Amino acid sequence: MTSPSPRASGTTSPRASGTTFPGFADPVLDAQASFRAVLQAMSRPGQVQRVPDLPELPPGLSPAAAAVLLTLVDAETRLCLRAGPEAAAWVRFHCGAPLVTAGAAQFVLDREAALPALDPGTEEEPERGATLILEVASLTEGRGWRLTGPGIRDEHRLHVGGAPPGFLADWTANRARTPCGVDVILCAGDAIAALPRSVAIEEG
Amino acid sequence: MSGYNFAYLDESTKRMIRRAILKAVAIPGHQVPFGSREMPLPYGWGTGGIQVTAAVLGPADVLKVIDQGSDDTTNAVSIRAFFRRTAGVATTESTEAATIIQTRHRIPERPLREDQILVYQVPIPEPLGRLEPRIAETRRMHAMADYGLMHVKLYEDIARHGHIATSYSYPVMVNSRYLMSPSPIPAFDNPKMDQMPALQLFGAGREKRIYAVPPYTSVKSLDFDDHPFRPIRAPHACELCGSRDTYLDEVLTDDVGGRIFVCSDTDFCSERQAVKEAAE
Repeated sequence: MTSPSPRASGTTSPRASGTTFPGFADPVLDAQASFRAVLQAMSRPGQVQRVPDLPELPPGLSPAAAAVLLTLVDAETRLCLRAGPEAAAWVRFHCGAPLVTAGAAQFVLDREAALPALDPGTEEEPERGATLILEVASLTEGRGWRLTGPGIRDEHRLHVGGAPPGFLADWTANRARTPCGVDVILCAGDAIAALPRSVAIEEG
Repeated sequence: MSGYNFAYLDESTKRMIRRAILKAVAIPGHQVPFGSREMPLPYGWGTGGIQVTAAVLGPADVLKVIDQGSDDTTNAVSIRAFFRRTAGVATTESTEAATIIQTRHRIPERPLREDQILVYQVPIPEPLGRLEPRIAETRRMHAMADYGLMHVKLYEDIARHGHIATSYSYPVMVNSRYLMSPSPIPAFDNPKMDQMPALQLFGAGREKRIYAVPPYTSVKSLDFDDHPFRPIRAPHACELCGSRDTYLDEVLTDDVGGRIFVCSDTDFCSERQAVKEAAE
């Protein structure tokens, strides 16, 4: 790994630096498989899906978060990234997304970005609401939070290990803004689960 | 097919469509604008549905395409051939065997499953368009959930005809929030959209809109307490399979007034015919 300027990468990137970490082995079919996992996750909130394997990754990114970035983020999307310099270099090379602050981003991968600070879209254009890619410790179905809403027949249980403190309160406020709001893709290892803004969460 | 990317569209277009689809799923019934591309067939032939299918489709999928319920019309045959050639996917005429079903103006009679995706071709995504031609205004109406105008339209139907005379493209409320055009499916099919286990995606190519209904989501046809929604169906039995609970097409058989009614869903009809023959 040759990283000439290992400075702390936040939302700004002084110079493009190289990366030796690869992207998808098959950029077309892996992106498709990864998208289908995200689509399944988004249309069935709380259901855990697996993304295609990424053998080698820059430190600071889980395989799931990396796959979501490769699948959805490109030069046309504003990204807020806080995952270390090597991850930033990798994203710059493989996605080419302009890096911006959390409030201006369409996609946010930053543990410290709070839900209320992200772009919720407008009443006329709620689709402009940001997507938060949130790295957590574990995702387990069958226990934990009780999810209800579109995509869920009765209720769905999802246990999220290592959710940021205050997430549920933030989520309640986020959901109250419907149809505006932020959608969340939870990532743990190679597993993802999604929380579209329409889903209601109760402590299990 | 060499010279083309998998499923025809380039990867950056697919990413753009995929982002639109995800937002559409997250906001059930809301129309998300997208950069509709020129496709190798004209607008009105299903370019919206094809672009959605192309963004979703993978090599393991089995694709079924229907046009007014039929697997063997020109449009359906051409779109199946298009994806066989550009994506190399398996195609089928069986609703049961399909993982993705692209449809023009019908929902299959056989109930769909959780592992299936239904992709609608949509000519006019804006349900309020005939009542309010200004897009800026209809957008505002959706933002405010101000749908009184549509109720007035249905009321005028009742005042004029004694019943709601809308037999296709019958407007629905999705998740009690957005008024949505179900595309020109017969009103008979509307109840199938409610709480459907399959994901429903809608693509309008010319109008550049994508919208969606997630699985297990409430979809209610607009109506009044004293004039409840009633799905309409020709009061006949299918000439071929004898079905009395499916949607029927009227087919002229000669030039002296001969006509028969047959199932519009050809796959469902031939399945029933096979069952009937086996029983005889």
